[in-house]
Order: sequence, then structure tokens, then C-alpha cells
Amino acid sequence: MSSTTVKNLVNQPYKYGFVTDIETDTIPRGLNEDIIRLISAKKNEPEFMLEFRLKAYKQWQKMTEPKWPHVEYPPIDYQDIIYYSAPKQSKEKLNSLDEVDPAILETFEKLGIPLSEQKRLANVNVAVDAIFDSVSIGTTFKEKLGEAGVIFCSISEALQEHPELVKKYLGTVVPVGDNYFAALNSAVFSDGSFVFIPKGVECPMELSTYFRINNGDTGQFERTLIIAEEGAKVSYLEGCTAPMYDSNQLHAAVVELIALDNADIKYSTVQNWYAGDENGKGGIYNFVTKRGLCQGVNSKISWTQVETGSAITWKYPSCVLIGDNSVGEFYSIALTNNKQQADTGTKMIHIGKNTRSTIISKGISAGKSKNSYRGLVKMGPKADGARNYSQCDSMLIGDTAEANTFPYIQADNDRAKVEHEASTSKIGEDQLFYFAQRGISEEDAVSMLVSGFCKDVLNELPMEFAAEADKLLSLKLEGSVG
Amino acid sequence: MSEVILSVKDLRASIDGKEILKGLNLEIKAGEVHAIMGRNGSGKSTFSKVLAGHPAYEVTGGDILYKGESILEKEPDERANEGIFLAFQYPIEIPGVSNLDFLRVAYNAKRKYHGEEEIDTFDFEDLVEEKLDVVKMNPSFLERSLNQGFSGGEKKRNEILQMALLEPSLSILDETDSGLDIDALRIVAEGVNQLATPENSSIVITHYQRLLNYIEPHFVHVMYDGQIVKTGTKELALELEERGYEFIDELVEVGA
Ligand SMILES: Nc1ncnc2c1ncn2[C@@H]1O[C@H](COP(=O)(O)OP(=O)(O)OP(=O)(O)O)[C@@H](O)[C@H]1O
Ligand SMILES: [Mg+2]
Repeated sequence: MSSTTVKNLVNQPYKYGFVTDIETDTIPRGLNEDIIRLISAKKNEPEFMLEFRLKAYKQWQKMTEPKWPHVEYPPIDYQDIIYYSAPKQSKEKLNSLDEVDPAILETFEKLGIPLSEQKRLANVNVAVDAIFDSVSIGTTFKEKLGEAGVIFCSISEALQEHPELVKKYLGTVVPVGDNYFAALNSAVFSDGSFVFIPKGVECPMELSTYFRINNGDTGQFERTLIIAEEGAKVSYLEGCTAPMYDSNQLHAAVVELIALDNADIKYSTVQNWYAGDENGKGGIYNFVTKRGLCQGVNSKISWTQVETGSAITWKYPSCVLIGDNSVGEFYSIALTNNKQQADTGTKMIHIGKNTRSTIISKGISAGKSKNSYRGLVKMGPKADGARNYSQCDSMLIGDTAEANTFPYIQADNDRAKVEHEASTSKIGEDQLFYFAQRGISEEDAVSMLVSGFCKDVLNELPMEFAAEADKLLSLKLEGSVG
Repeated sequence: MSEVILSVKDLRASIDGKEILKGLNLEIKAGEVHAIMGRNGSGKSTFSKVLAGHPAYEVTGGDILYKGESILEKEPDERANEGIFLAFQYPIEIPGVSNLDFLRVAYNAKRKYHGEEEIDTFDFEDLVEEKLDVVKMNPSFLERSLNQGFSGGEKKRNEILQMALLEPSLSILDETDSGLDIDALRIVAEGVNQLATPENSSIVITHYQRLLNYIEPHFVHVMYDGQIVKTGTKELALELEERGYEFIDELVEVGA
């Protein structure tokens, strides 16, 4: 058990790296107004949507890529990306998921996401929207959810069926020019999920979206919008995987959440995009803007993320706490290995009175990776009685990984309270030796240490996914020992 | 004649290029208790960690035979599962891993190693209750993170709890008595005695003759600069207590 075996521990093959061979409808490479018009036309979008996109594109052209994240990558050639790619369909419109190309159904099945009618009976508590490259393949349990008044479909479909809702809320949390990647997304977004929970309704099942990038040259520009009206409640989970390519693919997403009075939205992510190989070749650039608006009084938005994949992760799921007594939460596990880089955290913006926020962040860095927590807590001048509690813990595995914490606090109100705690620990030789001396293998030791370290966050995940996520963490660190 | 459990031959070991063990010899038979005494820094803990296979130490010469077989090539977890147990001088704190989970995984690792079926949570809890009794430990310690925030004495007791559970053939207690109050010392010593059988052996590293009133050693060794320079019976410990280590200095000088 030398330090080299500690290094071996953190290598494991990526199990979702296969490519599905299908015919696609792919538009030409590059980005200009015509491309944006083409995407909008392909999706048969209402006029307001095209205007939204073009406005975003104009802003994006004037912006520059942010340089402040603690990550490094070669310049991205935005003219070399394909902005839309969809599996070819034999029919204009599919009547049911069972009509989807069997190769695609099989892909999702291999990923553990059965979509076909009989297969998904086994998992009756979770409705799934499956997104393959640029388009949604289909959404399960639509009818059942419909009976409760819940709308759960792809955003493309929402633009056809409920354009007024999309128009009312899209871009209200993350404006088109919010930041470089959000502007790009607003111009070219392809698909994502749309959730609407009407007043007083508690969503009868977990909702989830599974994102799959298949094409090696396509960027995925996910756009998700979740609205919970007064007193509504929903729990939503997204999962992500991609094949192993030597090149990097861009996933630039925007997610907007809106909670009205007394509404409650829980949003969980298990991100396992391809991370590149041990030398840092390939992998997804995961540049994401996620923000929730606690618009109403007593509303609550809770983000839980388990970030294990991607070559680079840049994301700060945030809460804007406008309604008095509203609550924002951020629970995060970010695991980096090999040459992965993560710069992730949250922003809690307290505007209303007695607003409360909690931040629990667990960063695990192994190999030669870089893992940074970056967070902002802002107490506005009217946020009397507001409180924040932040805890940021880092765990290092081996001697070559890097962990950083960048907490920013901005308090414009002396009747608000901010508490911050941080720690750094290391899985060192002596800890592993203690386990080994009691007969416990290195792999088991690391997995016990890591799940112990992450317990507070794993407990926040919906039951169905907590065990999976825990397993995923171990897998990510599993070595070729023995 | 009883079986030889441990045979250490001319053992040399170094850390970061510095030689600490300089030709150590020791033989232990089944059923025997050996005490090792010696000045701070003489290499006692080093010896115990080398026996257990700590990766930071490099064995540069000699051999360690355990039950007749060299264990130098064996990984630390393998040695542990073969029945070598080290109660650490400074047990490490492991946040986030509950004492109970740790004990269960360790216990099952050993069972698995020996081709036995793992035991379930309920049966295991019964077993642990029984073992808690040996060291008179409060069950509330099971729910806490391993060693985290434990007092010095509680950590030592927890080490003996693990030993009671894992039933090793060779236990090495590295200053388990240091930091124990008088009652705890008696409880730990009684625990150790209770676990002694004619088949297993122990090495008790200590600075104080006091412990040896409770745990009767068959042999007492004095370690000096990485070697065992004198071996005697219980009386040697008494003599050391009276005269200090200076007479060992003289002895070494005369020998040189
Ligand atoms: N990494 C290292 N580099 C150099 N010397 C070391 C290193 N680690 C330990 N040593 C030295 O090895 C020697 C033996 O240490 P060890 O802990 O085995 O002593 P000990 O007999 O157990 O002492 P004590 O009675 O104080 O517990 C000491 O002089 C110590 O400073
Ligand atoms: Mg010592």
C-alpha cells in the first residue's frame, strides 16, 4: 500500500462511454443568425421564441468568456460546434414512447432508464423525460401527472402546447444576457424539461430528466424551467452521461426555478458526464447557470448536487430569496479525479425579511484534479433578520490534488447573520493503514471515508437516488487494486 | 512444545532513509505474553508498525516469520486478517464513519477472508454488546464517529474493544496503558487477560511496571536504539523501574 496504490485507487473505467449508432438530422457546424432561425424553425417555435433567441445572440456577441473561474482550458471555437442534432424519426409525431427508435430505447435501458411501457412499470414512483443530444425522446407518466394538473414535458413541447406559460416565465430568473454561457444557451438552446405545478398541488411522483450526449461534435444546450404556483410542491432530479470521445463537448445549460407563495421545489442533480481520460483528454465542459427565484412568501428552493463527471464543471446553483421568510438550500458533493477541474458553489441572495439559507458543500479531490468551492452570500438592505449558515469541507485524496475555497460575503444589513465554517481533511496513509490493520481493504476504506464525509448531503437526495449516488462516488474512486 | 507464533530475525527497517530498527531478534510462542520496554525513541512503535506492515517503513534486512511463514510480502490488511492486531499508541480519528459500521466491516472482512459468510447487522449488534462488556464501554460509543472526540483513555478502550471482536492470534499493544486512569487500567488489563488463550500471544509495549502487575509477562525485553539488548523475566521490569535505563547504557557500552 504505497502512495502509488493510493493513486491507483482513484482510477476506474467509465461505464457509460458507449456510442449509439443512429441516423441523425444534424445542421451545419457553426453559429450565426441563420443557424438560430434554422433551429427555431426545426422546432416550429412561436415568433416570440425566435425573438428571444436573436436578442440573446446579439448580447452574446458583445460578451466575453468569464476568466475568473479557477480552471484552465484551451480556447473554445464556437464556430466548430454543431448546435442541433436529433435522431431521425420515421414519423412526424410519435404517438407513444414505444414508437421510439429501438436503438435509443436500448441506450436508455443500458443507462438504467427504462422508457418502454412494460419496463417502466417497475419504477412507478418516478416520471422520466429522456433527452438525447438536442431533443426529448419522450416523457413517461404524462397522463397520470395530467390528472393531477401537473405539466411535465420537454420544453419544445411546452412551446407548442403551453406557449403562454413559457412566455410568461422564460428568462425571468436568468435574463438572456446574464452571463456568457447563459446568453449562448438562450440563443441556441435545444431541449430540456418543463414542469408546471398548479396552485395547491403536491406533485404525486418524483420527476426526473435524463440527459444523454451522444454525438461527438454536438454541444448540448439544455434549458429547463420549473414553476411551482402557490402552495405547490415538487421534487425533480436530473442525471447525465455521455460517451467517451477524445474531443471535448460543451454542455451549456440554463435552469430556472420559480416558487410562488408557500411553494416548495427540490432540485437534485447526479452529474456523471464523461470526465476525460486520466491524462485529461476528452470530457464534457459543463458550464451551467442554475438559479431559483423564491418569489413568494414562505417559499423554499433546495438544490442538491452530486457532481462526479465532466472535464470541467462551472456551476453555481443559486437562490434569490425575495419572499419574506423564504428558504434557500444548497447541498453539494463535488468529486474530481485525474485531471478534472471543478469550480462550483452557490449564491444566496437575501432580499426579503427573515429569509434563511443553508450551504453545505463537500469537495473531494483526487489525482491531479482541481476542486474549488466558490460561494456568495449577500444580505440586502431590507433583509432584516435574515440568516445564513455555510459549511464547506474539502477532502484530499493523495498528494497531487488541489482544493480551494472562495467564500464571499456581502452584508448590507447589520440585522442579518452570516456564519461560515470550513475544513480541509486528507485521506492519508495513516488513515488507510488504520483500516488495513483492521482487515479492511483500501477500496472499502476509501468508500467508507468518502460516504462518511458526504453523509450530510447524501441524506438530502430523494431516497431512490441516495444509494445510487453513494455507489457512484465509490465507483469513481475505485481502483484496480486486487 | 508449543508452536512458535512469531519469529523476528535480525530485522532492519528504515523510514525516509533513516535506519530505526538495527537488527532486532525476537521469538514468541503460543500462549506467551512478552513485554517490551525502552526509552522514548528507541524504536518500539516502529517495530509494532513494521510488524503490521505500515507502508512508510522499508524493511532493509532480516525477516519476520508469522506462524512459520514470512509475511514481508503481505499487505497490511492480509496480515490483519491472518490474525495480527495492533492496538495503536495514537489511534487515529476517523470522522463520518460510525464506530459500529467500522467494527462490522472489519469483522466481516475477516470472515470473508476466511471464507465464512458475513453476518447481518442484527446478529452483529448482539455480538458487539457482548464485547462491550469486556471493556465496560457504554453502547453510546458505537453510534459516534470512530475515535472522533474520544478522550485518550476512551480511544485506548476502543482499541481493546476491536481486539476483543477480532480475536487475533498475535496482539501488539503499544502503550495501551498510557493515559488510562487507575480504574480504566484495571479494566483494560482484565480485558486483555480475558482474551488470552493458550493459542494466542501478545506483545505489550509499556513504560510502566504498573501494567505488568495486571498483565503477567513471561518475558520482558529492553529495546535500545533499534535492538533488543536485554531479555529477562518480570524482575527485569522491577529493576528498570528502580535503576532507570542508565544501567542499560552501561550494559551496551560494556558489550560494545
Ligand atoms: N519519518 C521519520 N524520519 C526520521 N526519523 C523518524 C521518522 N519517524 C520516526 N522516526 C524516529 O524513529 C525513532 C523511533 O521512534 P518510535 O516511535 O518507534 O519510538 P518509541 O520507542 O515508540 O518511542 P515512545 O516511547 O516515545 O513511544 C525516533 O527517534 C523517531 O524520531
Ligand atoms: Mg511509541
